[in-house]
Amino acid sequence: MTAAVEFHDVSRHFGKVRAVDGVSLSIAEGSFFAMLGPSGSGKTTCLRLISGFEQPSAGSIRIFGDDVSNTPPHLRNVNTVFQDYALFPHLNVRDNVAYGLMVKGIPRAKRYAKADEMLALVKLDGYGDRKPAQLSGGQRQRVALARALVNEPRVLLLDEPLGALDLKLREAMQDELKALQHKLGLTFVFVTHDQHEALSMADHLAVFNEGRIAQIGTPQDIYDRPATRFVADFVGSSNILPPALTRALGGPEAWASLRPEATRLAATGPFYGQVKTLRYLGSGTRVVLEANGTEIAALVPAGQPVPAEGDMTAIEFDPTALHLMGGA
Amino acid sequence: MTAPATLPARGLADRLTSLFWRRPTLFLSLLVTPPLLWLGVVYLGSLAALLLQSFFSIDEFSGVVKEEFTLKTYAELFRAQNLDVIIRTVVMAAAVTLACAFLAFPIAYFAARYAKGPWKAAFYLGVMLPLWSSYLVKVYAWKLILAKEGVLTWAAEGTGTTFLIDGLLAVPGFEGSSLSTSPFGTFLVFVYIWLPYMILPMQAALERVPTSMLEASADLGATRGQTFWTVILPLALPGVIAGSIFTFSLTLGDYIIPQIIGDSSRFIGLTVYQLQGTAGNTPLAAAFAVVPILIMLVYLTLAKRAGAFDAL
Repeated sequence: MTAAVEFHDVSRHFGKVRAVDGVSLSIAEGSFFAMLGPSGSGKTTCLRLISGFEQPSAGSIRIFGDDVSNTPPHLRNVNTVFQDYALFPHLNVRDNVAYGLMVKGIPRAKRYAKADEMLALVKLDGYGDRKPAQLSGGQRQRVALARALVNEPRVLLLDEPLGALDLKLREAMQDELKALQHKLGLTFVFVTHDQHEALSMADHLAVFNEGRIAQIGTPQDIYDRPATRFVADFVGSSNILPPALTRALGGPEAWASLRPEATRLAATGPFYGQVKTLRYLGSGTRVVLEANGTEIAALVPAGQPVPAEGDMTAIEFDPTALHLMGGA
Repeated sequence: MTAPATLPARGLADRLTSLFWRRPTLFLSLLVTPPLLWLGVVYLGSLAALLLQSFFSIDEFSGVVKEEFTLKTYAELFRAQNLDVIIRTVVMAAAVTLACAFLAFPIAYFAARYAKGPWKAAFYLGVMLPLWSSYLVKVYAWKLILAKEGVLTWAAEGTGTTFLIDGLLAVPGFEGSSLSTSPFGTFLVFVYIWLPYMILPMQAALERVPTSMLEASADLGATRGQTFWTVILPLALPGVIAGSIFTFSLTLGDYIIPQIIGDSSRFIGLTVYQLQGTAGNTPLAAAFAVVPILIMLVYLTLAKRAGAFDAL
């Protein structure tokens, strides 16, 4: 099976800035692929390389096997949901959604029927006659989605589409996007700086750092077995243990990550830490201990005894949860 | 020692700020009353006086203005020689506006989309610099450029392209012994003088069109041409209309350029100037002055109906 999108050693330099630096990746057809990273890490530039708004300085990109080096954006069967939605303010919702069909010369009646169908798909039936300015942020987001889907693209690109929505709406849209992707069986490429969003929505994700891919894999791979300290630090609340501490905990002398959920507190044990802060989370309590000058977080499930601040307590963990990492 | 929760007023400035904070309408009325007086009394007042004058007429024997309401003066506008002036002026204003729009668009587009830092400064300087020198100086400079012994003819002779100028002067309606005495010369100078007034609002409007909107259009399959007609132009239209209001109305009212450059045929501005001066026919001058106002009203109504202000 050909991959939906393939990057072969792709770089994009802006003057001296290496926005994307030697990236190779392959996105399987029908997958929900997330590009995760801090701002300036090259994830959005990668998305723009797929849509054609940027051209690679080096390397090649294939979309469903076709080399797109000489294909401008308007000839790529790929559509984008823009971060600011980029709805046309002078057109009503129906004309916005039908725009892609209009520029292809589809007759009015046919394209309006299709646009209304798309609006129904994003649960905006009856909003066709409104102007974008009369819609809420969440509704505009749905219009942008319907507009991008109307051309039946092979790949849908989403550039931080949920960034401007409030938490509750964002969570609802996450579920809906996921359901929509299942229903359409389309390849979604999703750019975000929100690790929870990436982990909960994607089948596969690439973590970007300074124009390069730090790690690529399933959410479980990334979360449980971060390849580098950067990934462990960026993706989550994992404990990052310096080599000396790993050794003190019974491992080899190397950087390691340890998930708070795999860390338990006990009355006695070979290794002690002092409780520094407690944070009640509802489903449990996050306890931060200090040991050998390093902070280690442990998660105490609800219903179990919680130590007081300043207490000395033993730390236990499942040895298989201790994951050794590479250098940077 | 803790800091006090409120601070004492330090003087007049603090007390005034407090007063304006308590009474925001007072501040607003202080702000807008002087300009409103200016606009209302001086500007609209004189406009009303002008309108009033246009409904008077002149006694043909004594040359005295009869202060009685009549539409006789307006009827005079429809005499062949007067109608001729109006049509000539409107055609010239429309041609100048179109030419300015075509010339201004690429410049404004470059400035809005691509010019950054020093290039942006160079753009503003380039557009504004001609406005720093006197209007009359520029018009006379153009007379020298376009004259038969001028630099343009000299350059054409040097490059063997005199036939271009001769060909232009042979076009019906453009006849003249040189460009400086041809209506085409009048047109050229009008375009030169008013071009900045088209570029600046156009650039401001184009600057407000986000790049992502052009990308969205291309992303959805539009060619550059389709993006221009369906996204850029509709969104920049308020700026184009604003610019065209300047170029159109400035051309409608100008009375100096047609006196210096061209075949001395009369335009509305020149006619008003002559009627209220040497002829002493203020009512007809006033009626002539109402014509551009009416034309602009019609123009704006049509523009509004065409949806030019929908993107505002």
